[in-house]
Amino acid sequence: MAGLEDLYREIILDHYRTPRNRGELESPPAVESRGHNPLCGDEITLFLLVDGDGDDALVADVKISGQGCSISQSSASMMTQAVIGKSVGEARAMIRRFRSMMGIEDIEMQPGDDDIDLGDLEALQGVVKFPVRIKCAVLGWSTLADALDHA
Amino acid sequence: MAFDLDMVRKEFPILAREIDGKPIVYLDSGNTSQKPHRVIDAMTDFLENSYAPINRSSYRLAGEATEAYEGARCAVARLINAPSPDEVIFTKNATESTNLIARSWGVTNLREGDVVVLTHMEHHANIVPWQMLRNELGIEIRWVPLTADGQLDLTNLDQLLDGAKVFSFTAMSNVLGTLPPVATLCTAAHDAGALAVVDACQFVPHNATDVQAWGADLVAFSSHKMCGPSGIGMLWGRMELLDAMPPFLGGGNMIDTVTLDGYTTAPVPAKFEAGTPPIAEAVGLRAAVEFLEDLGMDDIRQHEINLTRYALDTLNDRFGDDITIYGPDDTAVRGGVLSFAFRDLHPHDVSQILDERNVCVRAGHHCAKPLMQVLGVQSTTRASFYLYNGTDDVDALADALDSATDIFGL
Repeated sequence: MAGLEDLYREIILDHYRTPRNRGELESPPAVESRGHNPLCGDEITLFLLVDGDGDDALVADVKISGQGCSISQSSASMMTQAVIGKSVGEARAMIRRFRSMMGIEDIEMQPGDDDIDLGDLEALQGVVKFPVRIKCAVLGWSTLADALDHA
Repeated sequence: MAFDLDMVRKEFPILAREIDGKPIVYLDSGNTSQKPHRVIDAMTDFLENSYAPINRSSYRLAGEATEAYEGARCAVARLINAPSPDEVIFTKNATESTNLIARSWGVTNLREGDVVVLTHMEHHANIVPWQMLRNELGIEIRWVPLTADGQLDLTNLDQLLDGAKVFSFTAMSNVLGTLPPVATLCTAAHDAGALAVVDACQFVPHNATDVQAWGADLVAFSSHKMCGPSGIGMLWGRMELLDAMPPFLGGGNMIDTVTLDGYTTAPVPAKFEAGTPPIAEAVGLRAAVEFLEDLGMDDIRQHEINLTRYALDTLNDRFGDDITIYGPDDTAVRGGVLSFAFRDLHPHDVSQILDERNVCVRAGHHCAKPLMQVLGVQSTTRASFYLYNGTDDVDALADALDSATDIFGL
């Protein structure tokens, strides 16, 4: 049986209590993207600042505003730390890797995706044992994917 | 017969189930209720011994099935004191009932600029069908606001109803538990020349209902919240209105005759029951109605008043400022629904922690997003009671909330 300790790992609670990269960016130049979970009404707004063009462009900054549960908030918070400073191509690969870790099946994984180290984000692996919460964990990532598509 | 909680609980097989070796504390009846043996047995017996089509075949078995289906209509009419069983229409659920009202009565009678009055505490099922008409026909929607304690603020009701064609409101809020003065609101609607439509989905399962005493025109409610099966809902309406309304869905059963040139409709209620209806579900519903009648709606309501009082007091005493319970404190105007904010924990996390102890509550917007906006929250945690709940369930809820403190280190 999956216990709550599988879900509420210390690193997750830490990011929930002290979310990183909270706030807004001026848009434009930043891309603003909204994500929401129709099931529970959680809404987040993500601001993405990209420097350059194409997959080699740099993810210069990401900010998150909005409300959500501990899982959606901590996942988004850790995500911002993971992708800032990476290339757009690397950020997209991380999104695929994270979604795959969440057991989402319709992803076209690319060579090397499985080797990506998600760092602290691996703590969210326990969410898979609580299927209703998977949507919470991927909310920020879907919003980032949307922002990248519009950057 | 006095209300005997132990006896009532024995009627519900699911309450004997354990998850991880612990009993289930079911506090989500505002969502859907559990089913007693009687309902399960009635459906099983019907499916095993009497199942057949209704209203269309002449063999004895079909006659038996038709009689069983119509028996359910009579039981529902009795439960809500409808003047005639023919005024009870079976739908798929209460949502289909409100859509039937909007599509049939609304599309026929409303024109651009016409006013429909709703309240801030409606379920999406009593909002979206009207918003669809706003998009299509250009009707205007006005809203009755709420007081600080979650009751309807009727101060400007006459102005809001001025020139209105419809006043459609809930008889019991699925979020706040608020029980508005339905008869008064129906009178106000009629005084303004408006149709009085009541969403009684949360009300009928928990209170003695008298649609004639209300003076309502159309009333929507559902089976699955009152111990009956899902898949069948009800619409009651005054015959004169139903007679004048065009059909909602077209197909078999709802016609008088069909030619290459057109169709004529069957009389009410068949006019509104296109296609094969939920037959076994109707049989289960009848058993549910009889179950509720045997217990007595007034006794059920009294039990829930006692339980709601106990819950309000227990949660407020134990958690003080750490808990905010929305809605009125007076149980005379409140049903057994408790939506609350707990510390600064997100409702998803609260419900997750409660689930660890098999305490089943709903976390989210409860299909009432406009009300969430009025309350200034994105979501709430909601515990909702029914006849099988007792003070031990409230204690289990409070104990489980306590454990949230440990996990989140608050």
